[in-house]
Amino acid sequence: MHDFAKHAPAGTDWAALRRDFPILDQQVHGQPLVYLDSAASSQRPRAVIDAISHYYEHDHSNVHRGIHELSNRATTAYEAARVRTAAFLNARTPNEIVFTKGTTESINLVATSWGSQHVKAGDTILLTELEHHANIIPWQLLAARTGAKLVYIPVLGDSGVLDLSRLDELLTPAVKIFSLVHISNTMGTINPVAELCARARALGVMTLVDAAQSAGHLPLDVQSLGCDFLVFSGHKILGPTGTGVLYGREEVFATMPPYQGGGEMIVRVDWQESKFKPAPHGFEAGTPHVAGAVGLHAAMDYLDNVGRQNIFDHDRDLAAYAYTRLSELGGIRLFGPGTDRAGLVSFTMDDVHAHDIVTMADQHGVALRGGHHCNQPLHRKLGVPSSARASFYFYNTRDEVDTLIEVVEKIRAFFNR
Amino acid sequence: MDLDLEELYQTVVLDHSRKPRNFGPLADATVTVSGDNPTCGDEIALSLRLDSATDRLEAVGFTGSGCSICMASTSLMTTKIKGKTRAEATALLADFQGMITGQTPAAEAPKTLGDLRLLNGVAKFPQRIKCATLGWHALKGALAESAPVNFSLDNHDGSKS
Ligand SMILES: Cc1ncc(COP(=O)(O)O)c(C=O)c1O
Repeated sequence: MHDFAKHAPAGTDWAALRRDFPILDQQVHGQPLVYLDSAASSQRPRAVIDAISHYYEHDHSNVHRGIHELSNRATTAYEAARVRTAAFLNARTPNEIVFTKGTTESINLVATSWGSQHVKAGDTILLTELEHHANIIPWQLLAARTGAKLVYIPVLGDSGVLDLSRLDELLTPAVKIFSLVHISNTMGTINPVAELCARARALGVMTLVDAAQSAGHLPLDVQSLGCDFLVFSGHKILGPTGTGVLYGREEVFATMPPYQGGGEMIVRVDWQESKFKPAPHGFEAGTPHVAGAVGLHAAMDYLDNVGRQNIFDHDRDLAAYAYTRLSELGGIRLFGPGTDRAGLVSFTMDDVHAHDIVTMADQHGVALRGGHHCNQPLHRKLGVPSSARASFYFYNTRDEVDTLIEVVEKIRAFFNR
Repeated sequence: MDLDLEELYQTVVLDHSRKPRNFGPLADATVTVSGDNPTCGDEIALSLRLDSATDRLEAVGFTGSGCSICMASTSLMTTKIKGKTRAEATALLADFQGMITGQTPAAEAPKTLGDLRLLNGVAKFPQRIKCATLGWHALKGALAESAPVNFSLDNHDGSKS
């Protein structure tokens, strides 16, 4: 049984941290906002909003182009964010960090650039049934271009756990790349990525870890994970929308052709052909999202001040509490592992569609997500068109989980009247 | 319970969503159109049996799954269009569209809509308008002169996970 008593690690003033998030202090539909949709996008603390405003008020110009003072400041700020990101992931060098507009673009970059160089007809791309559409469709497009095929590690039904008994059969040297999610955005499953990457590496198979749901929630170390690529989005880790990270091992980046062409990424341009910079700048054509990088830097500082292990423990505790309370209600079908789950819970209610749950909850101030959470094939496999999801972050409280439970009970009573 | 919610989920609406009328495949259908709402995974297939001599919808049936608003709206629709001429069904469609999008004020919704007027609460929930119109989009496709096409409602709400 989960020990709910010692949920808040001593020494952290969670209530004070919550007050750093101005948006949370409001009413919707006349009720206090209970924001339980951080897996879709987190909210931003004042420190991040201020860092972006400060940048625009004092330091903005284009990067890497000008000789003047403001351009210097913008370039310094942008590159400092890269150094900070390398530290955030324990990458060996900042050259292993490419800024993108999000997880989706990071995966498309790898599938397009690395894929065009290394994947041929008959090759296998290995995924899991837990993947978000962002980690399915770029590979489908690559498969359609090259004649490669997609193979999926199955999920064991509602438990949300991968059927790793199939691993020997599915992870073979015919696999060119194994791309997998760290934390499932629907099931809350935490995949054993370090172990899986080690298995892949032993066979010479490349790995990509989709850390969209983990980067802001637990400590990440790309060297001990042993992956070749790792991707995430800024907006899910307190940072600005339109920012994202692609970590890649330097040796791997060196084998990849450019993704997009344009300014910033060139060494020399002639009328017929050009020479390109190596990573990271060779993969960042055009004026980048400088203010975004500044905001992301502030977000990483904020997260590490709180401590990602601390955050992980807090979120997991809330999810375990919510899971237990929901399972006590009856008539609720819960998805994902009963223990060792990340900070989110998806569920369906007998005879009540997820859309109806979310509309009703919203009228009570509770923001949930309802739908297929960009996991259509997985929902089809589970035999439900959609589910409702509550996802937690360190600014959420146990009282908010209690509100959720009250609202779920009201919804059931309403539809059973 | 909140008034807007009471208005959205009226007893008749809940009744139709629990026990949809004309639910099931239709034998001898002359036309079937399927549509889905990719945002939420709702799917509806609407079948009509059109008598070409009288131009009347002799029989109507639908299959699929959806939220309560989607199921109730489609169910109520089928009870309303059964036996109507194609022109009458087309007029009903226009009246319903006007009401559900809020273009026609609730008080002025045409009487011909009957119980469908109970769905006027949806206009206050913009994210749910698509739920209420999925079956009607299928009707529009089925009544069209051209060959029926299956469709997908665009995902404009941009919701992400
Ligand atoms: C596991 C996972 N992968 C990928 C994505 C896509 O992220 P984005 O839309 O920020 O590119 C998300 C969230 O939307 C996600 O939860």
